[in-house]
Amino acid sequence: MSVVSTRYEAPRAPWLDRFVLLAAPGLMYLALVFALPLALLLLKSFQNQDGAFSLAAYAEFFGDPYNLTVLWRTLRVALLTTLLALIIAYPTAFALARAQGLAQSLLLAAMILPLSVGVVVKAFAWSILFRSNGVLNDTLKWLGLIEKPIRMLFTETALIIGAANVFLPFMVLPIYAVIRQLDRSLPEAAASLGASPMFRFFRVTLPLTLPGVIAGSAFTFSLAISMYVIPSLIVGERQQTLSMLIARSYLFLRDDQLGSSISAILLAIAVAVVLGSSWLAGRVAGGRR
Amino acid sequence: MTRTDRIFERASWIIAVACAVFLLLPLLITVLVSFTSSAVYTLPPPEWSLRWYESLERRSGLAEAVALSLNLALISTAASLVIGTAAAMAVVQGQFPGREAMATFVVSPLMMPGLVVGVALLQFLREIGFRDAYAGLLVGHMLITLPFVMRTLLAAMAAFDFSLIDAARTLGMSYGRAVVAVMIPNLAPAFLTAGLFAFLASMDNYPISIFLTDARNKTLPIKMLQYLEEQPDPSLAAMSSGLIMLTLIVLIIGSRTVGLNKMVQG
Repeated sequence: MSVVSTRYEAPRAPWLDRFVLLAAPGLMYLALVFALPLALLLLKSFQNQDGAFSLAAYAEFFGDPYNLTVLWRTLRVALLTTLLALIIAYPTAFALARAQGLAQSLLLAAMILPLSVGVVVKAFAWSILFRSNGVLNDTLKWLGLIEKPIRMLFTETALIIGAANVFLPFMVLPIYAVIRQLDRSLPEAAASLGASPMFRFFRVTLPLTLPGVIAGSAFTFSLAISMYVIPSLIVGERQQTLSMLIARSYLFLRDDQLGSSISAILLAIAVAVVLGSSWLAGRVAGGRR
Repeated sequence: MTRTDRIFERASWIIAVACAVFLLLPLLITVLVSFTSSAVYTLPPPEWSLRWYESLERRSGLAEAVALSLNLALISTAASLVIGTAAAMAVVQGQFPGREAMATFVVSPLMMPGLVVGVALLQFLREIGFRDAYAGLLVGHMLITLPFVMRTLLAAMAAFDFSLIDAARTLGMSYGRAVVAVMIPNLAPAFLTAGLFAFLASMDNYPISIFLTDARNKTLPIKMLQYLEEQPDPSLAAMSSGLIMLTLIVLIIGSRTVGLNKMVQG
């Protein structure tokens, strides 16, 4: 409803747009305390003690097979966590979009309420659940599925379940936002033209909801790749992740060179996720035009 | 609707209910554990008791940690709402080049590894000779709240009809007054959502804060993890149950005034 179309548009150089001034405080802030410190950290990872260019820290990192195990474990856990969250979140987002009234309020509350409880508490609650004398083992025993307690705490499976639990709302909400805007007449139109349910899902519904899936997956993956509190409480020191290596090198070993090179590697993965997902999102949006 | 459709729909409902139960499970465990009479985490509790709620008063440093975390979350959220509104308006309304890249940049701290951001900030602050732990924490927490606010506001403003502001201006309002009188009330739900999520993210942040704290300035998540490592007893569960109740109240108020659906829209 644009009754007033007399927008004031004076001719001016694009960079002198007054809106640049509005953006200035936020941009300058992020440039100064976010971009610049990260750039300095990157720079430091390529220097030796005397400040000369050196790849020694990287050689040290990649020379140790243990570090490669940790790198691979971090990527694997993040990928499986994202996958598990996606499998649960996708149908849930659909049900959430179809639900009405009280049912929808309750489902939405179940998504938001866990955000109020800190990661520390949630991860600790999972470690209680996974204990060998914990609720989960007792329940399985009572059901007759197992005879003696199985070890769950300190396993990668436990870590993936706990992490997916913590990150699930960040997967559901973006997918839900897209589904809600989905024109429901499109799959119906496909149905009226004789498309089978499978064809409709894979050729109509899924492509239309991909932007939400990409946004949710990218966010979940980047959270999972850098999680620190969850693995320290669920798997502990036995199975370290990149974040735990970073914390160890800075806080315990006081080895800044090693710390900054691992940080740079983790940062590179995170930047690749951001760029990759925005490239994918652009492709998905472009393909529809 | 064919039979397959109905099966799909029923399956999605079953998964959604299972998902809700899965999400609430750690919260339920926390609340149950908080009412136990024993000092270890056995479930179900041998006897019910309020002793861990009473013990909260005696926990040294806990009240200070809660106060510090609330202080940081409130100030950084408020500052981010002001700076973020201006920046989001610039991205949505401006005509200058590089706006897309700017939108990606302002939201990107959300997806960067917290520990790396924290350590980079610490080294930078040391380099320039900045040593105040509280101020450092505040600077760091705004790196959490600003992107959260920006993400919600960018989405909300993209849907806002800015010609309303032009209309107010043709009626004689200044640009600033038009923004305050027309845009802010219109986008109130978005501000509320942005503020709430930013606040919660700040309260919960561990990885950035860990590098910026000192012995006197410890935020709540740091204090809690420290307690868990030193002397784990159900008093933390008692405190978390308090936080759960608090959010429940906020959610009920939110659903009555704004609607939960609007709240998650960002």
